[in-house]
Amino acid sequence: MSIAETKTEKLDGWNRPPTMEPEGEGELLEIAMGPHHPSTHGVFRMDVTLDGERVMRLKPVFGYLHRNHEKIAEGAAYLASMPYTDRLDYFCSLSNNWAYALAVEKLVGQAVPERAQYIRVILAELTRIQNHASSIGFLIQEMGASGTPLMYAFREREKILDLFESLTGSRMMCNYMRFGGCRVDVSAAWLASARKVVAGLPAFVDEFEALLTTNEILMARCQGVGVLKPDLAVNASVTGPLLRASGVNYDIRKVDRYGIYDRFKFRVPLGDHGDVYDRYMVRVLEMRESIRILEQALPEIPAGPIMDPKAKIRGFRPKPGEAYGRIEAPKGELGFYLISDGSPNPYRYRVRPPSLINLTILEDMCLGQNVADVVLIFGSVDIVLGEVDR
Amino acid sequence: MAIEENLKIELGKQGVFVTTLEELYNWGRRSSIWPMQFGLACCAIEMIATTMARYDLARFGAEVFRPSPRQADLMIVSGTVTKKMAPQVVRLYNQMAEPRYVIAMGACAISGGPFKQGYNVLKGIDRYIPVDVHIPGCPPRPEALIQAFMTLQKKIDEQPLTGENRPRFLNQNAQGEFPVPEPADHDLEPPSNPGVWSAPVVIR
Repeated sequence: MSIAETKTEKLDGWNRPPTMEPEGEGELLEIAMGPHHPSTHGVFRMDVTLDGERVMRLKPVFGYLHRNHEKIAEGAAYLASMPYTDRLDYFCSLSNNWAYALAVEKLVGQAVPERAQYIRVILAELTRIQNHASSIGFLIQEMGASGTPLMYAFREREKILDLFESLTGSRMMCNYMRFGGCRVDVSAAWLASARKVVAGLPAFVDEFEALLTTNEILMARCQGVGVLKPDLAVNASVTGPLLRASGVNYDIRKVDRYGIYDRFKFRVPLGDHGDVYDRYMVRVLEMRESIRILEQALPEIPAGPIMDPKAKIRGFRPKPGEAYGRIEAPKGELGFYLISDGSPNPYRYRVRPPSLINLTILEDMCLGQNVADVVLIFGSVDIVLGEVDR
Repeated sequence: MAIEENLKIELGKQGVFVTTLEELYNWGRRSSIWPMQFGLACCAIEMIATTMARYDLARFGAEVFRPSPRQADLMIVSGTVTKKMAPQVVRLYNQMAEPRYVIAMGACAISGGPFKQGYNVLKGIDRYIPVDVHIPGCPPRPEALIQAFMTLQKKIDEQPLTGENRPRFLNQNAQGEFPVPEPADHDLEPPSNPGVWSAPVVIR
């Protein structure tokens, strides 16, 4: 019996028959990877249909971490949602803060002082570096190198988290940005220690690359695996390193020039083949570009206020209207869409999570690959379940 | 029965090591707690950070994270347990072999935390499975997780092997399998396990 006959009643969505024909006589095997699987980055299930080792169909199952973020935000005041945005993508709480602050600032037409803009850029780029480093570490760990690259990544991550902690009071859940500025000012001592950390980062990336980039096992496992064609990536509105690894030049820092990104010189690394190796390479190069931005931003941070004096803190009631603010988060385009009806709470609060939308092409990348490569491809998408399920 | 401390020290000076079976047994158990590699949400990242270079959980004999519940002694419920995930968490706990322990890591695992008002969030994993150590925090720092480990080790040290207070795995009549909740129309069914959890009494 072929698989096309077994599932004919509901052909819509994920129940459609597989586009691939099974080889040989053997039966197809359906396995559920997850929700408790060491490689699923949390709680996520993939129902994989296998013909031997080949993946015939892959059905992602979400919702194991659905925490009602949007619903809670619609019942809360605007500022009260800021701590919840930390918990969306819990690796990059500061980028999430920025995206949300940007959306609200667009909604009310709020300007942000110069110094706060610089602080935001510095924090967002530090976030990007630690996210990429640990995501590569996890990717390599899933390949079987248990520990070493992840240890290196987390060693560097701890240094960056120390900076976050001394500035915001929390290692991971920073809750730092405010509408029209930032919560606390950076001190000269913090800037000095940030410079020290940034000065050490190129050596870390060099070390990381010496360990991995030309590693034979890594090349054998990654090259040509999980190829994503650029036209499919664009059609599926994939963003972030995943899209750039397929060779599409789209970086919101360059496209929107939000904040003050137009003042810094940096390049957008692009991949050639769109395979797992390119995604790894794009992330490494992005770390280098982030270090370049930090090296430009840290010395020229101006003095001045960190909050716009006109910013309204109490009785915050935006005029009716809607706004969409987006930034280039480490995982892709993170956007917040807000509709205000003039009340203290948003009427509609919608998150455009890069992780969820990047996951939609998972099946297309996995078809025909070995089941061991599914783990790898999934890791290379770099998702965080807090953001997928919200 | 514990040995008198002075006598023990005196004997130790003579090169004689005296202990009780209970102490030796508990020492062995507490020095090799293998946690399950099981991350739920944000706290899982701090759990991973605890095992990494700076905090190094290996100092406590607990660096071997096992992917399979059959090989694990300790379940760290690290993060928000949603109503979709709660049956799986209880099932994983049932699959673990005795002796088994649970650390509820973070505000969400204890009580639902910041997401408590959500319609899909379980208000504390201790409604279904017995929790040995709670650590508050959102997320708790790695130091807090290490503190939880030390608390658990202390707890294991003090467990008598016989008598009324003996641990569950030495008690024939103790509950071994915990009922797995099923999703129903509005909530999980049953909403809690009365053998493990009872609603707190409010004293006004």
